Amino acid sequence: MWTSILIAVVVLLVLAVVFGGLLGFASERFKVEGNPLVEQIDSMLPQTQCGQCGFPGCRPYAESIANGDAINKCPPGGETTIKALADLLDIEPQPLDAEHGVEQAKRVAVIREDECIGCTKCIQACPVDAILGAAKQMHTVIESECTGCDLCLDPCPVDCIDMITIEPDIRNWTWTPPKSGIIATDRAGAGA
Amino acid sequence: MTQLWDFSGGIHPDENKHLSTTRPIDTSSLPDRLILPLQQHIGVPAEACVAVGDRVLKGQVVATVPDTVGVPVHASTSGTIEAISMHPVPHPSGMSDLCITLVPDGLDEWTNRDAIADYHSMNRDTILERIRHFGVAGLGGAGFPTNIKLRPPKDRKVNTLILNGAECEPYITADDMTMRERADEIVSGLRIIAWILRPERCVIAIEDNKPEAIEAVKKATENTQTEVVVIPTKYPSGGEKQLIQILTGMEVPSGGIPADIGVMCQNTGTAIAVSRAIHQGEPLISRVVTITGRAVTNPGTYDVLLGTPIEHLLAQAGLDRRQLDRLILGGPMMGYTLETPDIPVVKTTNCVIAATAEELPAPPPEQPCIRCGMCAEACPMELLPQQLFWHSKAGELEKAEHLNLFDCIECGACSYVCPSSIPLVQYYRAAKGEIRVQQAEHLKADRARERFEARQARLEREQQEKEQRKKDRAKAAAEAQAKKQTEAEKAEAEGQPADDRAAKSTLVEEALARKRAKAEAAATKTTNDAAQPEAAPPDIDALEKQLSQATAKLNTMQSMLEDAQAENADNVEKLERAVAKNHDRVERAEKALAEARN
Repeated sequence: MWTSILIAVVVLLVLAVVFGGLLGFASERFKVEGNPLVEQIDSMLPQTQCGQCGFPGCRPYAESIANGDAINKCPPGGETTIKALADLLDIEPQPLDAEHGVEQAKRVAVIREDECIGCTKCIQACPVDAILGAAKQMHTVIESECTGCDLCLDPCPVDCIDMITIEPDIRNWTWTPPKSGIIATDRAGAGA
Repeated sequence: MTQLWDFSGGIHPDENKHLSTTRPIDTSSLPDRLILPLQQHIGVPAEACVAVGDRVLKGQVVATVPDTVGVPVHASTSGTIEAISMHPVPHPSGMSDLCITLVPDGLDEWTNRDAIADYHSMNRDTILERIRHFGVAGLGGAGFPTNIKLRPPKDRKVNTLILNGAECEPYITADDMTMRERADEIVSGLRIIAWILRPERCVIAIEDNKPEAIEAVKKATENTQTEVVVIPTKYPSGGEKQLIQILTGMEVPSGGIPADIGVMCQNTGTAIAVSRAIHQGEPLISRVVTITGRAVTNPGTYDVLLGTPIEHLLAQAGLDRRQLDRLILGGPMMGYTLETPDIPVVKTTNCVIAATAEELPAPPPEQPCIRCGMCAEACPMELLPQQLFWHSKAGELEKAEHLNLFDCIECGACSYVCPSSIPLVQYYRAAKGEIRVQQAEHLKADRARERFEARQARLEREQQEKEQRKKDRAKAAAEAQAKKQTEAEKAEAEGQPADDRAAKSTLVEEALARKRAKAEAAATKTTNDAAQPEAAPPDIDALEKQLSQATAKLNTMQSMLEDAQAENADNVEKLERAVAKNHDRVERAEKALAEARN
């Protein structure tokens, strides 16, 4: 009887050692560098690198969200980003925290070039290197690369940078969903 | 009899084609102004290569495309360029785009037309380049540049060439009338296309509701290998994918092009444009347009110069403004409502419907979906319109995309059959647009992230380089110090100042020592000077002389004092002090002399 108990214990011990070793090896061998959740969150953020969330760039905020920070601190991402993040993290979407700014239409910075003194301050401030120029030469914004983060406005000593809202034109126009809300019986009333 | 297949779904709306087929193709009169949009098709917009005030000839290039994805724009008639400005263009948004305004001079003077007599002897690429240069783009719908379409991917062989004469959408008769009257040109264009592609089979497909067109095309293709296939009338059999399915039984793969299954479709009008570009050397500057609807008194088809304002065509067809409820560009199924008739005819304009209120009434308000499933039955792409609708409406775009939203050809069959009159296609279009916008934003975000990370990496690298330089400098200094140390030690061991610095310091020390010595010397000299009379050997002669002088002075002083005392002069006191002084001097001299003598 004792032999059978001993055999069972030994067998279980051997199994435990084997599987423990296997798991330990796998955890070392297939170790994932960095937090994959941070990558996912980062890919949902708008990458304006504007710092309105209080973090120096989108990635630090993504790391902070992964550690449990609120998901409603990103005004450029707005409602859509909050919803996507809520879906990803399986939490309730919250309204945008007004403390960090309000959601605005897409904008780009435009330098009034004849007023630019070529101080390069905005070039240093731009987080995505979207401003072109050299010392004592006129600067200009590469519109397709500008994220509309506003960070170049403050450093400009002559206030020659404007934020221009991107107007829809024929090339970026899209269909709008139909307006609903009227049912057949309302029609006479709506028509009158 | 060729075997035919059927595609799923489809509808049979009222055709209303008879309205505009009662009379032959009419040539439109010359308008006051021609508006030539710089972007008439997918791809990059053309760039104007004429200036305001220039006179241009008919067929002259007025705008070029540097890229190969695009075709140039030609002047539709001779005249003067009046403006290059923003003007409303045929677009569902009703927005404006850059257009060239041409004022015709009425001469209709052609530029040089160089026809190719025998294209068989030429290179296919040359012909394709000519097709591009002559502005030929698909006249059927999207207006895709024909030269690109005629150059399928290298690994794809086009076995079946289909000329699409189905024209399934109600009201439109442009292709029908073209086939009736210009079948020979169509066949000649087909020959060129077939020569380029070398297919095994050429098919001209026509719906059975166009007996005259079938007759004419059959006559034109007599004694050729081209098949004329009559297909049953059903909307949307003229859709490229549907037509391919009808004729070959094959389905174009999702997201693919017909060339993937060895098929290519071209519009009959495009074949004519190709034929004219090669045989007559004429660029694509006109097309056949149907002007129809019950609000025009004289509906029909017109051969229209590109750029002619639709307003002008409507006037020609006898538009009754009181009857007009809305203007539709394209067919009633896939077209869109025009906000202004002041837009030009472009390469893709096939029909304008001036509809009365009874003819095409405003759609009834949308009602809730009752899940009847009629849309799924009508869908020619075998999609799930209902599910797509739910997801599109709820903004669950990923799910909609997963259900192949992008395979929707927006034919409108689902909306047509919907008993709740839900504008389904509009939801799909909006969802597609939203998805495209999101994709574009995502791409932009990715690029911004890359740039941001590149910048961070650069700043870090610069910082590191700075620190590295600092470290390098410190290291170099330390090394130099160590080297000097060892050299000095070596020099010490050898007993000679091998080091500059050591030599210098010794020099300095020597100098200091010299200075110190000098100072000491000076100090001793002064003390020596003070101690001289005592230390020097007493000079008796000098002392004797000093004494005798002092005695003589004392004597003089005493005699002077006596005189002064006698005369009771004022200077007696002074003289008394002088005598006393001299007396001391004499005494000191005597004493010194006595000491010297001792």
